[in-house]
Amino acid sequence: MNVAVCIKRVPLSPGRWSLTPDATAIDTSGSAMGWTLSPHEECATEAAVQLIEADGGEVTAFSLGTADSTEQIRELMAVGVSRGVLLETGADEWDPQATAAALASAIRDDATTYDMVIVGTESADTSGYQVGVRIAHALGWPIVTNVKGLSVTGGVARCERVVGTDREVYEVSLPAVIAVKDGVNIPRYPSVPGRIKARKKPIDTVAPTATPARLEKIRLALPPQETGTATVLGTGPEAAPRVVEVLKEIGVLT
Amino acid sequence: MILVYVDHDRGVLDELSLQALAAARGIDADVQAVLIGVDAVALAPRLGEFGVATAHVGVHDGLTDYAPMAAGRAVSQLAERLQPTAVLAAGSPRGNEVLAHAAAIMDEPFAADCTSITLGDGVSEVTRYRWAGNVFEEARVHAPMLYATTALHVFAADPQSGSAPAAIVEFAPDLTPADLAVRVLERTGGGGGGVSLAEAKVVVSGGRGVGEAGFGPLEELAELLGGTVGCSRVVTSAGWRPHAEQVGQTGTKVAPDLYIAIGISGATQHIAGCKNAKTMIAINSDPDATIMSFADYAVIGDAATVMPAIVEAVRAAKG
Repeated sequence: MNVAVCIKRVPLSPGRWSLTPDATAIDTSGSAMGWTLSPHEECATEAAVQLIEADGGEVTAFSLGTADSTEQIRELMAVGVSRGVLLETGADEWDPQATAAALASAIRDDATTYDMVIVGTESADTSGYQVGVRIAHALGWPIVTNVKGLSVTGGVARCERVVGTDREVYEVSLPAVIAVKDGVNIPRYPSVPGRIKARKKPIDTVAPTATPARLEKIRLALPPQETGTATVLGTGPEAAPRVVEVLKEIGVLT
Repeated sequence: MILVYVDHDRGVLDELSLQALAAARGIDADVQAVLIGVDAVALAPRLGEFGVATAHVGVHDGLTDYAPMAAGRAVSQLAERLQPTAVLAAGSPRGNEVLAHAAAIMDEPFAADCTSITLGDGVSEVTRYRWAGNVFEEARVHAPMLYATTALHVFAADPQSGSAPAAIVEFAPDLTPADLAVRVLERTGGGGGGVSLAEAKVVVSGGRGVGEAGFGPLEELAELLGGTVGCSRVVTSAGWRPHAEQVGQTGTKVAPDLYIAIGISGATQHIAGCKNAKTMIAINSDPDATIMSFADYAVIGDAATVMPAIVEAVRAAKG
């Protein structure tokens, strides 16, 4: 079974947010800042690697972004991804429609035929909730999103998602797109031999076709900073009676 | 006219969808609703209270439970026929999913989790969440019909008593077997027991500072207050608690009356999931923890000694 995963290089979420002077991006110039993967996509990759460990086959990581995205592709190669395909863009962000169209055609046109595409339900940064769904429609495949449990038997993917206190079960025949959520598994850490092997694995670069953004970012803004100070009810177990008073005041305890 | 997708779970109305109705009414007095599945027929009249004059219910033999691709297809077909200026839904997992399908089918843009929407002729302006609300994006959406969802807990549902019930108009969506292939087949676990995290009025949430063995008093307090237990990402990553209990950007976003954050430092990814709580109490041994600037009340101390005392005091107060 061959699995494609779609991943995205995103800024590490900082303790304190700041924007570039033109307010079009997160300021990543601070010394503590770096780049990483969306958590959902680390889980997407782990899910893909587990499937090929069980059934054989290969995992390919597709990423649309700047040339620096190879750093994230290499990270995933250290945990079992065989090959990377970079859809190289300039620094300007692509909107979800253009991103999904480019990823779908790269997956379709690739020399490998895929049985599954695994993505994160939404990216950590732009949080658009749609690239996986659009890829599924472009490929004409079914998609299950928000997946928190995944197994594949006999060409059928069984997916679980959480609704309230229930788990819903879906079954789709492959090929299919699966959009996972953080928590579907616990991603492994790369081993030293894994990192060494990763250096030699191939990354192909393709030039995707840009289209004008129809969801066009104008600028970013930060919400008003919380400057509130909490009313201290006390220190240690002696604070318990004051806690009870507050619970009564706000009507939680009657 | 604005068309709002109103979700339900086997005939139980999704309260979050009422927030999308409130947002729609703030833009246009003419609001119509679309619901999917014959189970929705019984609940649709109630939407009159929320400003809906007409509720369209998509009925099809294959629609026996939630089916996202089919729902998206049905919504897109209705929108094509009715030509609203916008199609909205709540920014819930299902709302975002159904609208993403509808927009993908129509090859139109989709703006998720909006906090403001201004409709224009061919170009609408929205403000939407990035980073689960830690950053706002101002964007232009170039489309004749806007597909968008509303960020949760930003618009308040406001029922108008004495309104006429919504009129029901059934329609038959044209669905293929492929559309219906993605649907809920069965449900496992939970089912009746316990309070759902997303809807709990009280969430007693623990972080690294609680320790693997320290969740007992949190469970007791949650039960005494009729709430449920939540936790931070560190806790689920360590395997101390199930992922279903995780509050935060990649977990569940909650908006309870009371959120008690115990031994949680307040990473942005966690705050994104709990900042809409009406009241927050932080219990932490570090008086300078980030969580303190979001909390209304604080207790400085170690969860291991503070929590048993609070449980005992609450038990005593309840008599």
